[in-house]
Amino acid sequence: MSAQVRDVIIIGSGPAGYTAAVYAARANLKPVIFEGSVTAGGALMNTTDVENFPGFPAGIMGPDLMEAIRAQAERFGAQMVRDDVTAVSLTGPLKTVTDGSGTTWQARTVILAMGSAYRQMGIPDEQRLSGHGVSWCATCDGFFFRDQDIAVVGGGDSAVEEATFLTKFAASVTIVHRRDELRASKIMAGRAMANPKIRFAWNSAVDAIHGQDKVTGVSLRDTVTGQTRLLPVSGVFVAIGHDPRNELIKGVIDLDEKGYVKVAGRSTATNIPGVFAAGDLVDHTYRQAVTAAGSGCAAALDAEHHLSHLDPTVDQAPADTEPADDTVGVGS
Amino acid sequence: MGATKETTDSTFDADVLKSEVPVIVDFWAPWCGPCRLVAPILEELATEHEGKVTVVKLNTDENPEITARYGITGIPTMNVYVKGQVVKTLVGALPKPKLVRELADYLN
Repeated sequence: MSAQVRDVIIIGSGPAGYTAAVYAARANLKPVIFEGSVTAGGALMNTTDVENFPGFPAGIMGPDLMEAIRAQAERFGAQMVRDDVTAVSLTGPLKTVTDGSGTTWQARTVILAMGSAYRQMGIPDEQRLSGHGVSWCATCDGFFFRDQDIAVVGGGDSAVEEATFLTKFAASVTIVHRRDELRASKIMAGRAMANPKIRFAWNSAVDAIHGQDKVTGVSLRDTVTGQTRLLPVSGVFVAIGHDPRNELIKGVIDLDEKGYVKVAGRSTATNIPGVFAAGDLVDHTYRQAVTAAGSGCAAALDAEHHLSHLDPTVDQAPADTEPADDTVGVGS
Repeated sequence: MGATKETTDSTFDADVLKSEVPVIVDFWAPWCGPCRLVAPILEELATEHEGKVTVVKLNTDENPEITARYGITGIPTMNVYVKGQVVKTLVGALPKPKLVRELADYLN
């Protein structure tokens, strides 16, 4: 057990987590932030140019932006732990967090900022061919599809951004979307339409992925007529949205019907006093780096407010009390 | 110098295929963030299991031949080679406990 009870533990290291760390550190709360063993920096680590985060008129690379916010948090004294959280116990005045090395940490407040993960299509061979033609990250894997014909599944900003990026490498990129118009923002959609390497498969859903050792094509079903056809491609990039990473807290923290954490009004307060949530774990409306950063700030301020109102003789358990037995966790 | 060594298109045969002990090949590239996060974990594994298993890294930017030969389309990818054959493939950056579990057969 890491002996000292902390004021704030932050779980997650995207813009929400790191911004919460900046604010909590500057409030002298000496926050501990769990960055994840191989996921430090969150979703923006897998993007290239971030053009819409305010303050960067020439844009900034995703990893560089995350490095900068991280450095800012470190500057003010946030403690970074490059490990995963495998279990949490959140009810009661003392929260317990267990990390990948088995060390347990205690804190009076916890900020949940685990973000969201790529949604999978959930069709046969999608997992099997992962890394052999199926990918969820264009910036990660596009390099390996030079001069090939590939497909991007999805119709929102992510799908269009990925497709546009992939034209740097691919011979052709087919955007496969179940509707007949893109959900993406006008500027992104416009760029895609104008790109000579991008084609569109409208009203199309992927029914199956073909290939033995690597992808050779996908079966597309027309969502209007039901007819199927084969699209020969050697790569499939899945960009159909995200699901909140709520595995650690299911059954303890109130979630909405899509699995996002519910917060009280415009605050970051969850159903458990002293537990706050920020970023894509909560937000399925905006899901931008800047809105995540904003909610991380709010979470730190909410935590600080909570801490300043704790009655030391009432709300805090003495050091030898067992935390409430509601530990939920995920096997690592 | 760490416990992992670099292999190349030209040294792959000697370093990996002709190895007496199992070899874990880490396909990586300098621009790959998750690859960099996984590197220290592989260093630890290499040190902890020296003699039983060898860990080598192949830079996919510089070694297209071996990269293409094994159909690598996403990094990091780890292939385990026993007597010249791929016996296991792991795609993506995995935390150490998961990596150790997946490679248990070859680490012990």
